[in-house]
Amino acid sequence: MRKFALVFLVVMVPMASLAASGSGVELKSMEVRLNDTRSLQNGAKLFVNYCLSCHSAEFMRYGRMAEDLEMPVQLVEQNMIFSDAKIGDPMTATMPADKAAEWFGVAPPDLSLTGRLRGPDWLYNYLISFYVDESTVSGWNNIVFENVAMPHVLTELQGRQRAVFRTEPSEDGTEHKVFDRFEMETEGTMSAEEFDHAMRDLTNFLVYMGEPAKLDRIRYGMFVMLFLIVMFVFAYMLKREYWKDVDVSH
Amino acid sequence: MTDDHVDYKRRRMLTIATSGLGIVGGTALLVPFAGSMIPSEKAKAAGAPVKVDISKLETGQQITVEWRGKPVWIIRRSQEALDFLPSMVDLLVDPASEKPQQPEYAQNEYRSIKQEILVLVGICTHLGCSPKFRPELVASTDGAFLCACHGSRFDLAGRVYSNVPAPTNLEVPPHMYLSDSEILIGSDEGAA
Amino acid sequence: MSFNEWFNDRLPVAQVVKDHLTEYYAPKNFNFWYFFGSLAMVVLVLQIVTGIILAMNYKPDADLAFASVEYIMRDVWGGWFVRYMHSTGASFFFIVIYLHMFRGLMYGSYKNPRELIWIFGMIIYIAMMATAFFGYLLPWGQMSYWGAQVIVNLFETLPIIGGTLSEWIRGDYVISDITLNRFYAFHYLIPFILVALVYLHILALHQVGSNNPDGIEIKKGPKGNRWSKDAPADGVPFHPYFTVKDVMGLVVFLGLFFAVVFFVPELGGYFIEQPNFEPANPLKTPDHIAPVWYFTPYYAILRAVPSFAGTQVWGVLAMGAAIVVFFFLPWLDRSPVKSVRYKGPLTRIYLIIFAITFLVLGWLGTLAPTVEYTAMAQFLTVVYFLFFLLMPCYSGTGDNLGFSGFLLFVVSLLLTLSGLYIWWVETPDLAMSMKWIYSVTSVVLLFWFGFKPGWIKPDPVKPVPERVTG
Repeated sequence: MRKFALVFLVVMVPMASLAASGSGVELKSMEVRLNDTRSLQNGAKLFVNYCLSCHSAEFMRYGRMAEDLEMPVQLVEQNMIFSDAKIGDPMTATMPADKAAEWFGVAPPDLSLTGRLRGPDWLYNYLISFYVDESTVSGWNNIVFENVAMPHVLTELQGRQRAVFRTEPSEDGTEHKVFDRFEMETEGTMSAEEFDHAMRDLTNFLVYMGEPAKLDRIRYGMFVMLFLIVMFVFAYMLKREYWKDVDVSH
Repeated sequence: MTDDHVDYKRRRMLTIATSGLGIVGGTALLVPFAGSMIPSEKAKAAGAPVKVDISKLETGQQITVEWRGKPVWIIRRSQEALDFLPSMVDLLVDPASEKPQQPEYAQNEYRSIKQEILVLVGICTHLGCSPKFRPELVASTDGAFLCACHGSRFDLAGRVYSNVPAPTNLEVPPHMYLSDSEILIGSDEGAA
Repeated sequence: MSFNEWFNDRLPVAQVVKDHLTEYYAPKNFNFWYFFGSLAMVVLVLQIVTGIILAMNYKPDADLAFASVEYIMRDVWGGWFVRYMHSTGASFFFIVIYLHMFRGLMYGSYKNPRELIWIFGMIIYIAMMATAFFGYLLPWGQMSYWGAQVIVNLFETLPIIGGTLSEWIRGDYVISDITLNRFYAFHYLIPFILVALVYLHILALHQVGSNNPDGIEIKKGPKGNRWSKDAPADGVPFHPYFTVKDVMGLVVFLGLFFAVVFFVPELGGYFIEQPNFEPANPLKTPDHIAPVWYFTPYYAILRAVPSFAGTQVWGVLAMGAAIVVFFFLPWLDRSPVKSVRYKGPLTRIYLIIFAITFLVLGWLGTLAPTVEYTAMAQFLTVVYFLFFLLMPCYSGTGDNLGFSGFLLFVVSLLLTLSGLYIWWVETPDLAMSMKWIYSVTSVVLLFWFGFKPGWIKPDPVKPVPERVTG
């Protein structure tokens, strides 16, 4: 156990910088609406245009997305597949993973299951919390994922924002920096409200992609519950009928 | 004790109703269990229609492509070979292609959409070997295709000879022309 | 000769149906606690059926396993349903078994003449835990990987053989593809052994007959009922009376089960843990590793025991003992009555305390350890073991304990003292109030349940009626 703990420490310390830090930032809540097909379609559009060049979604097939999101196959083939992938193929990044790892220091993770791993609140806040930081390699930093390797690919939409920090006393008497607010440096092509909507749509899509069968299972679940309620009524009457034979007291 | 108070009719009704519901529920449960064994999305994607460029296919030449793990032949037949086909009729089991071994649009004399282009699944209808194409015998009664396994012979429209082990003609897969030079094997959506 | 006769001369199906269903007389006063045995069998069958379907699509290969689970969830028709049934079924299996075991504790179903039923039940429980442990590695997510890592490393703490043993289990120096491959083989094998054990469990049960909430032996009572003049008066034929009753219970159970399967398959991270949506990464541990909920009571006990004399083996031993001690229940309980209905107040109170202790330990096992939580787990570990060790004292009627009973009291005393030592000497950060609360409570428990002036405290039992009550 101790040997293991040692190995573990040696490996962990350098890895810690890559892991998402639980910096204790308060997350704004994000309501998932899997029934909102237009929101999902918009999210899918943003996903293939901005995410899919570096990140794969290797468990998600274009065809499944087209079907679930009520998008015609031809439209998806023409407007959403930028590689030579066929409609039935999974969504793989156009950039090879090893190249990407070379550029960013870490391979961009597969996004098929990110919606389930991180949850909608974290994802939404992550997407809106990039800020300019000259001290990092990429020139960008993120409030909910400190020293993230990923640059802000949505700059053209959101514009450039800076983070303003204030200092607060810690329990042990020292001071630490706390995020206060963002300040816009240059405007993007979207207004703040439009960008917020776009990111909610993108998060919605990522959550859908985490478990495409979710809508199905809730729908089937209703029928199964109804069936079992009916069956219980009969099973209960049957039991009561037979147990009339039994004198329970003696 | 007596059984006088027992309402046997009600008891039987309830037993039937409850076990009936149980059977319905159990069967419904079996649907996803059994259904999990149909070809998955991965299998379907791998078995998706295949596009083939035939612009470089010369007369008398055969190309083989893979569709759903099976060989599909595309052969450009010469006029001489096509003219020879009607003379085969007496030697064949099903010269008019009456058995459903081809889509409707290929149920004709040449078993093809365009006369000269033959598209066949290259699997013998006897026991699944892949017959051999004999280009030198296209205009001969010896048979353009010979299955080495059990000696079944087929003419250049994939029609089976009588007195050979294979019972039916070679299968024509669903296919369509995307353009003059491109065939889509495995799908005929919208094709007539 | 009819076909039936021909057939039954060669295979006694009709006789088996008679012996175990239509002419097996079960006590008529079974209450809802008696649903869980048959439910456990249903869940076992569901697990085997869904498991076989999953096995058709799963790949026990470190490079492919994670993707093959997602393949099942997305590409296999109905695959998500089968997989959620299997993952939910694992948790429900333990829920049902824990309730089934608690029923046994309440009504003294382990007592003479049912010791073997209880022992086979415990073997089933351990085989289930093994199956669950092996199966949990298969999705090859972060939690699967690190959970298995931690548990296999437990064996490393054993003196002398530890290192070799854990390497032997893994077949490698870390959890790897080789480990995954053999865990898959075991996960597929053990359920069939479970089926055989369940068969023996039921065979032993039908040999002596079922216990009941009154703990009365119906076979020893008066004979004659409306179905047979030789059968126990308080018995009813299992079929149709208990089949229709169990079907009703099954429908309610399926309602709860499918509610989870269809609406909350992750159950807030308790049934499927979030870090398992990330493929196993031997270089990065999740922030917080906790086993699945059904192991957490034992995990809390494991963590509660500090290392001593340079080894951590004590925690592992305590965890093992916490399970093994159940085997001895038939001989620890010295009460002349079986059911908690007629046992004295000491037994009843401690049973309630024990149930709460088990639940709170389970909760503690899911949390990241802090000084406060660890001290609480230590206290509850003492309470857990005193329940068993003091049982000969508090369940008896004041007769002579004998040497073994005395020995168990001494062990209880040592256990309580080591608790005191840990809180007062080894845990300077623990709040003074908690030190006092834990110390006083454990000493009071020790003496109240184990000792009084005049040596043994009799637990006044109530008179047991001759016939079962409604």
